[in-house]
Amino acid sequence: MSLEVKLYPSKPEKVYLYGTCLVNSFSPETGLDAIALLEAEGLEVLYPEGQTCCGQPAYNAGYADEALKVAQSQMALFPGDWPIVILSGSCGGMMRKHYRELAPEDDQVAAFARRIFEFSEFLVHCLQVQLVDRGEPESVTLHTSCSGRRELGIHDTGVALLSQLSRVDLVEHAYATECCGFGGTFSVKQADISSAMVADKGQHLNDTGCRRYVSTDWGCMLNINGHLEYAQRDLRGLHLASYLRERTKLEGAE
Amino acid sequence: MHSTPTAFKAQAKAALADPVIRQNFRGAMDFLRGKRQGVFPEQAEFKALQACAETIKQQALDDLPQLLELLEQNCTRNGIQVHWAESAQEANEIIDGLIDQHDGTQVVKGKSMATEEIELNDYLGARGKDCIETDMGEYIVQLAGEHPSHIIMPAIHKNAEEIGQLFHEKVAGVDYTTDVDTLINIGRTQLRERFMAADIGITGVNFAVAETGTLCLVENEGNGRMVSTVPSVHIAVSGIEKVIASLQDTPPLLSLLTRSATGQIITTYFNMISGPRGYGEAERDGPKEVHLVLIDNGRTQAYADEQFRKTLSCIRCGACMNHCPVYTRIGGHAYGTVYPGPIGQIISPHLLGLEQTNDLPTASSLCGACEEVCPVNIPIPNLLQRLRRQSNLGREASTGIRGAGSARSGLEALVWKSWRWACCRPWAYGVVTRVVALARPLLGLVKTPWNKGRATPRPAPKTLNQLLKHRATGSNRTGGAHGNH
Repeated sequence: MSLEVKLYPSKPEKVYLYGTCLVNSFSPETGLDAIALLEAEGLEVLYPEGQTCCGQPAYNAGYADEALKVAQSQMALFPGDWPIVILSGSCGGMMRKHYRELAPEDDQVAAFARRIFEFSEFLVHCLQVQLVDRGEPESVTLHTSCSGRRELGIHDTGVALLSQLSRVDLVEHAYATECCGFGGTFSVKQADISSAMVADKGQHLNDTGCRRYVSTDWGCMLNINGHLEYAQRDLRGLHLASYLRERTKLEGAE
Repeated sequence: MHSTPTAFKAQAKAALADPVIRQNFRGAMDFLRGKRQGVFPEQAEFKALQACAETIKQQALDDLPQLLELLEQNCTRNGIQVHWAESAQEANEIIDGLIDQHDGTQVVKGKSMATEEIELNDYLGARGKDCIETDMGEYIVQLAGEHPSHIIMPAIHKNAEEIGQLFHEKVAGVDYTTDVDTLINIGRTQLRERFMAADIGITGVNFAVAETGTLCLVENEGNGRMVSTVPSVHIAVSGIEKVIASLQDTPPLLSLLTRSATGQIITTYFNMISGPRGYGEAERDGPKEVHLVLIDNGRTQAYADEQFRKTLSCIRCGACMNHCPVYTRIGGHAYGTVYPGPIGQIISPHLLGLEQTNDLPTASSLCGACEEVCPVNIPIPNLLQRLRRQSNLGREASTGIRGAGSARSGLEALVWKSWRWACCRPWAYGVVTRVVALARPLLGLVKTPWNKGRATPRPAPKTLNQLLKHRATGSNRTGGAHGNH
């Protein structure tokens, strides 16, 4: 996969936050935690009203026209020239890579796509954050989404952040690069295959012996946590933003 | 036994429930991934070679009509007789006719996915011609009355116990053994006699070089060389997309092919076939006639569309299937197509039409593992997404893909239209998400395919949009940095 060389801006005064539909409905605290972390770095966080969905579900399902309409409605919410920090690698892949495929001739779309940064990528490359670990010692494992890994090329930024936590032992699980089986409509249209994939992912994560795993994608986590709950395992996942806030004991955005 | 793409879901389900299939494929794919990893230690080197190969294949496809004409001219000049087949039926008729011309009854075959595609063995068998596979994997599959489950490793679905049992049952005088060397020797002894007795040898083609009229054949067992040199007639069968411009193009393609496929720096044999034995038969070996049968069979449909054309860049290394989390779990037979795995999912709709293959583009999480390892950089996830789109098209949308719109569901289209309507109207989206949040105690009662092995996710009582209302205008702005890290 050819990834464009990504140029990172220096630390801005303000950023936009794109929450994503899954954070909005299933884990609003992820959004609040991300805001707390960004504000702790001295940034003003703008959260425009009217955020719905990036359009990826329809795009992946083969309804590109519907996806484009939704994409246009979302792009209009970010008129300023600030970076847009997004709380998901897969929505990030949609907005950075696939928006341009939906509207290849549109320079404004290309400019918009260049302003998209996945949360962990932004913390590492634009803010160069230095985290202070204030938590108890523990082991944790990281699941990086396929979009984050292969569409955005940010398989290392989650690792970089977790590695800064002095009392956290980051354990790699077997088949770490393999998909969890979510894939949007794939999980429903090909439910048998999808659930076989997530059963393996759950097993590999569980085999690390960690109590919790961390991810930057709620799509993967709804899938994996849903399986772990079904399989009656204790292991659960939480978003990197929540994990970092917990470890650094930041107060903030409620 | 004969699986079909229309029964994909049932076949996949059966494979998932079969622990032997699961174990055989997981083990074999892990092995092949490891081998590939070992010969591409540097990602940068792979990327450079990949870019080179992508350009070679893309250029060859862009010049396809001219290169095919040039190939025919130069093959003819070399004494290779060129035949054109628009369909599988036509290809079979041509090959059968050639065998008849020489009163042939005994045919030996080298490994060739093109002949699997046209189901040549069945066609010839029905006409009283004995056509035996000589690649060890193909031989095993033929003995078992099956089809290849992988384009490079046809019998990868079988373990040594199953092969030992098969030989014991099907080959006279063979005791059950699981010793691989013994099994290989049994096969080799059986095949040796068949090479010597054969009237006709049939092989595939890896690269057909237009500039020189050379047919390149990559193999490890030497059976390809036997098949293409011992019988007096050699028939090479190739898809039209195998043509490349010049001999200079072969080293990067060959290097990528063998490393991607089996993790070998080079295969044991690389045959470059440039014609029958010397004019006047002054040469003592080699076939007296060489024929090249070039098959379209749906390829020009892919060629006609700029995006789908990339499908034809494939050099058939199988790396996409080796790295595919779906293929690794369901194996090759579940797809019900000659070409399984990610490449099969994007090529089969052109060969068979979308009516029969609508399930295939949906059988991917679009994880991109295939694209990451593809030696010619085929954007497989994008092409799957495009095929999904073609499947869903309304009747009004014209398209060059056979069977486009055949999976269109009025209900699904309505769901996405409604989704779009709500996503473009934040007030409506807010109402929907708030209603879902309020209904959270009830959601667990609704069972969907999602619930196969997964609990229903529970929405939070309040959405982020509710919690952060007016934040952008600053009216409810929370304090800045409290903590410091």
